[in-house]
Amino acid sequence: MPSDPTLNPLGPTSLPPAGGATVATASEFDATKARKQSTLIIRRFFRHRLAVAALVVFLLICAIGFLGPLFWTISVEDTSSRGYLPPSAAHPLGTIQTGKDMLAQLIIGTRLSVQIALVVAFGSTLLGVLLGALAGYLRGAVDSAISRFVDLMLIIPQIAVAAILVRALSGSWYTVAFILAAFGWMTVARITRGETLSLAQREFVEAARAAGAKTRWIIFRHLVPNMIGTITVNTTLAVASAVLSEAALSFIGLGVQPPDTSLGLIINENYSQITNRPWLFWGPFVIIVLLSLAVNFIGDGLRDAFDPRQTKVRA
Amino acid sequence: MIRYIIRRLLISVPILAIGSLLAFFLVAAAGNPVAELKAKPGVTAQQIRDLESSLGLDQPIIVRYWKWLLDFLQGDWGKSIALGQAKVDIFDSVMRALWITARLVIGAEILAIVLGVSVGVLAAVKQYSIFDYLATSSAFLMFSMPIVCVAVILKTYGIKFNNLLESMGLDRWLSTVSPAAGGFKGSFGEVIFQYTGTYLLPTLSLTLISFAAYSRFQRASMLETLNSDYVRTARAKGISQRRVIFRHAFRNALIPVSTLFSINSAALFSGAIITETVFGWKGMGNLLVQSIRTFDPYMLMGWLMVTASLVIVFNLVADIMYGILDPRIRLA
Repeated sequence: MPSDPTLNPLGPTSLPPAGGATVATASEFDATKARKQSTLIIRRFFRHRLAVAALVVFLLICAIGFLGPLFWTISVEDTSSRGYLPPSAAHPLGTIQTGKDMLAQLIIGTRLSVQIALVVAFGSTLLGVLLGALAGYLRGAVDSAISRFVDLMLIIPQIAVAAILVRALSGSWYTVAFILAAFGWMTVARITRGETLSLAQREFVEAARAAGAKTRWIIFRHLVPNMIGTITVNTTLAVASAVLSEAALSFIGLGVQPPDTSLGLIINENYSQITNRPWLFWGPFVIIVLLSLAVNFIGDGLRDAFDPRQTKVRA
Repeated sequence: MIRYIIRRLLISVPILAIGSLLAFFLVAAAGNPVAELKAKPGVTAQQIRDLESSLGLDQPIIVRYWKWLLDFLQGDWGKSIALGQAKVDIFDSVMRALWITARLVIGAEILAIVLGVSVGVLAAVKQYSIFDYLATSSAFLMFSMPIVCVAVILKTYGIKFNNLLESMGLDRWLSTVSPAAGGFKGSFGEVIFQYTGTYLLPTLSLTLISFAAYSRFQRASMLETLNSDYVRTARAKGISQRRVIFRHAFRNALIPVSTLFSINSAALFSGAIITETVFGWKGMGNLLVQSIRTFDPYMLMGWLMVTASLVIVFNLVADIMYGILDPRIRLA
């Protein structure tokens, strides 16, 4: 698709460019002006109704976590109430054993869980893309070193290493996030390496190299932009799996530690109350499931937006 | 084939060796097993030093690693040095825990593969049918569920179901605790009753999570093969629908799924850690959590070496399946 209207040989009054949607809306029809690739992707994403709904849910959950403290002013540290109070106007979700307000706990827990998930997703993606692209582009000794390292990192369950390190270092939210990121980049690295291997054979990379471009330039200006779809989709999936990993780790008591809290830790502290005080369990449960569902749906929507060929049904 | 397996196993030896060195450093850095003693009143510094030297903790870490490695290779995995563990033998403890976990994990994995693959194939063949929507959305939901919650919910409703059985004058069926140490006793019917009651809920929680991944993956890969040219050709030749699906599409659609098998095997262990914690099983998960809490270095090493070797074996199995499903991938 031409990125500059002057390049369009049919002129400004022609039909929409080939490859566009078969049913064109009015706004698309007059749009013979330049459209960037990113605009197209964003448009395709917003046409995916479930993904947009998921995005709204995700933003709502973030709003609960980050803006919640502005509206709900009871401190998480406030233990002046009695323990295990049932839901009431003063405590809409009751109190936990220590007398802390459950809603305040949930707000902080949601915020820290979202923060952990985002740090893990971006950290592991950055590391994985960098190492994967280096391995795939440089090949040879660098490739074997990185690939063997990936093999090495993959043989030990992430949760075990993370649990050991959390016990060794600390259970603050950012330690947990960094540990999970440091042991969660291998899948992204493998995928990136595979894509880079095939991209690096293409003419435009060869041309750039012939023009004297440096490795760093080629990787960041030529290879990464061409893999941006895969990378973005994998980042969203990493957010979802980080939410679940954090919950698992905190549940066995080797994740986030007080005074920090997280959705996993809240479940750990309250799951024994599921029969007697169900609201203490179902609150954090619903948020975790909605969070990872929403992120997974966003990922699906992004995948379709980046690669519309995958959704076309030939029969 | 046998040469390939031997070569693969030989390649994994250096990976395991380097892995063990890194793991040893990691475990040693995690904490000092006698640290808790220091805080206790009435324990002198001299006593702690004596204890440390008797445990070999005063030696440099490389020396300790070398000693551990030589002993390990000779089959002596050492004794637990955690407080209150009465120096139990590590090989015995790890193997006992592994046996408990393996019975849980293997059953759950087989169930998940069989169910996941068949549901995935059906959903792809009947794309956009009610069955497809149901299967796809439930898989999506399970995929986003923390296994903790699945296990906790199953346990809660298991207890309720038991209460219901009891109120109807029947025996409590579903067990929410670890299987009895001496195995199941009684007549054949009783053994079956106890066995199913003990395994049903933990297996179900593990199965549900893995099942979601398998069915999603199988559906996507089946759709891709069903839309490929050679399947259209096969249809055009007039081959029956059943034959096209099973002989042409299914076999090829299984290839990507076998990759998931190797990725899933490590994840399954993590899932087992959570499931065991919820149901109070004394398996690998329980052993890991206990050893981390007490900073038991040799127990952790034994645990990590066993799981690492298992992952390597699972990867090998996946690669062999790959070769069987796709003869173009030569294994020599």
